[in-house]
Amino acid sequence: MQKFSAFAIARRALNGHRGWGPQWRSPEPKTQYDALIIGGGGHGLATAYYLAREHGMRNIAVLEKSWIGGGNTGRNTTIIRSNYLFDESARLYDHAVKLWENLSQTLNYNVMFSQRGVMMLAHNVHDEQVFKRHVHANRLNGVDNEWLTAEQAKAFCPPLRISPGMRYPVIGAALQRRGGTARHDAVAWGYARAADDLGVDIIQNCMVTGITRDADGAVSGVETTRGRITTRKIGVVAAGNSSVVMAMAGIRMPLESYPLQALVSEPVKPIFPCVVMSNTIHAYISQSDKGELVIGAGTDSYISYSQRGALHVNTHTLEAICELFPDFRRLRVLRNWGGIVDVTPDRSPIIAKTSVPGLYVNCGWGTGGFKATPGSGHLFAHTIAKGEPHALNAPFTIERFRDGFLIDEAAAAAVAH
Amino acid sequence: MKRRRPRWRIEDGARVNMLLIPCPICGERPEIEFTYGGEAGIARPTQPAALNDDEWGEFLYLRRNPRGMHGERWRHVNGCGRFFNVWRNTETDHFHGSWKPGQEPPDPTP
Repeated sequence: MQKFSAFAIARRALNGHRGWGPQWRSPEPKTQYDALIIGGGGHGLATAYYLAREHGMRNIAVLEKSWIGGGNTGRNTTIIRSNYLFDESARLYDHAVKLWENLSQTLNYNVMFSQRGVMMLAHNVHDEQVFKRHVHANRLNGVDNEWLTAEQAKAFCPPLRISPGMRYPVIGAALQRRGGTARHDAVAWGYARAADDLGVDIIQNCMVTGITRDADGAVSGVETTRGRITTRKIGVVAAGNSSVVMAMAGIRMPLESYPLQALVSEPVKPIFPCVVMSNTIHAYISQSDKGELVIGAGTDSYISYSQRGALHVNTHTLEAICELFPDFRRLRVLRNWGGIVDVTPDRSPIIAKTSVPGLYVNCGWGTGGFKATPGSGHLFAHTIAKGEPHALNAPFTIERFRDGFLIDEAAAAAVAH
Repeated sequence: MKRRRPRWRIEDGARVNMLLIPCPICGERPEIEFTYGGEAGIARPTQPAALNDDEWGEFLYLRRNPRGMHGERWRHVNGCGRFFNVWRNTETDHFHGSWKPGQEPPDPTP
């Protein structure tokens, strides 16, 4: 791997930057691997990286049906936080935040992780009670979160309007200062480059069309558009398509796949210093380093795999943004797109082994998977390598939907989806 | 009498910015008049106490979630108020026929 540093840039500048090679190989699939990861998004690539680095599994491959990071990894609003209500979730997401804090150094790749603070607005007494409960629950779990008055919220985020004449006045906010944003493409590329360096084959344009099983029912390989590959361990990290892939092994999942949209404004100079979310009136917004305001809409109401949603869903969010930030009313929207998110009934993920020997699944991240990318990959790699979950992901089984041990973060999600 | 075409009808090939849902009573109407009711044909068990945990979990949580033809329930809440079922292709979001509650689903039209 060519190490990135100021010195490397200076050295390559001497011959006009012609000395840079590709950041990862583009290998032909082998006929046998020790483990296969289905899905080359951030979570899948992170899983492969930690399998290789922490568990010494080098004969592994990531199979991606199109290009890496082209699904939800490249479509989300890049928000990172860990202020979840329940103990299981707070530990899971904070594990990820701790990995984020050193990720650029670990991968030798600038993922532009910026802990600029995530502020969640309260607009009524119920919000205030819920967020204060979150603040206390988070503190008990060692996760930073603090309550701000409306004036303190305005001081932290000057474009915010806190006039009492608003339709939904801001009466306070919960602020996680360790939360923030990162550059989503860089996360996929950084993990891909680091995993490739450890010998992981990243195979793009290779769609899995079937999962084969031996006489005992254990997985024996996959059929793909680029031929048959044998393996004894498969990790499915297919986001919106998880139900489709798992159906190839005969497993029905507690998942539904919904379109989720986002949009960006035209780029402007730095005006927005943090991330602001409002559950009650449904808005979340931050500013990218390119200058675009990044705004997330809600999910559409119906399941779909079309990677697009309805305009009225965006309009709903933009109305809320314009109410909160009147300065932005005259900005134009530059792009709008959709991704397909796999949502569980309790809005918590599944990182678990399955009833099929050798088959593991990491799915159900719903509308908030990006923030968990390093932690998700780290814990899923442990689960695949050891055949047993890590203590942090042990509660996130499929069986919880049979046994009733739900981790009900539906009300605790940043915005109502 | 010439039937008036609804104002919101969007010609084939035009850019549609939300679903146009074929209500079997009112005809094609924009999505904001409806609420989604999830996968069609999931009947509440008549003997809930007779179910084991697997069956109860399946009734509550497991869904087909197919990439392709999906039978689903909608309610025309800001129209006739009725529940009905439709086939929709989840890859294209095109509708392929509808049926009323209690009826047998038809074959999806091509």
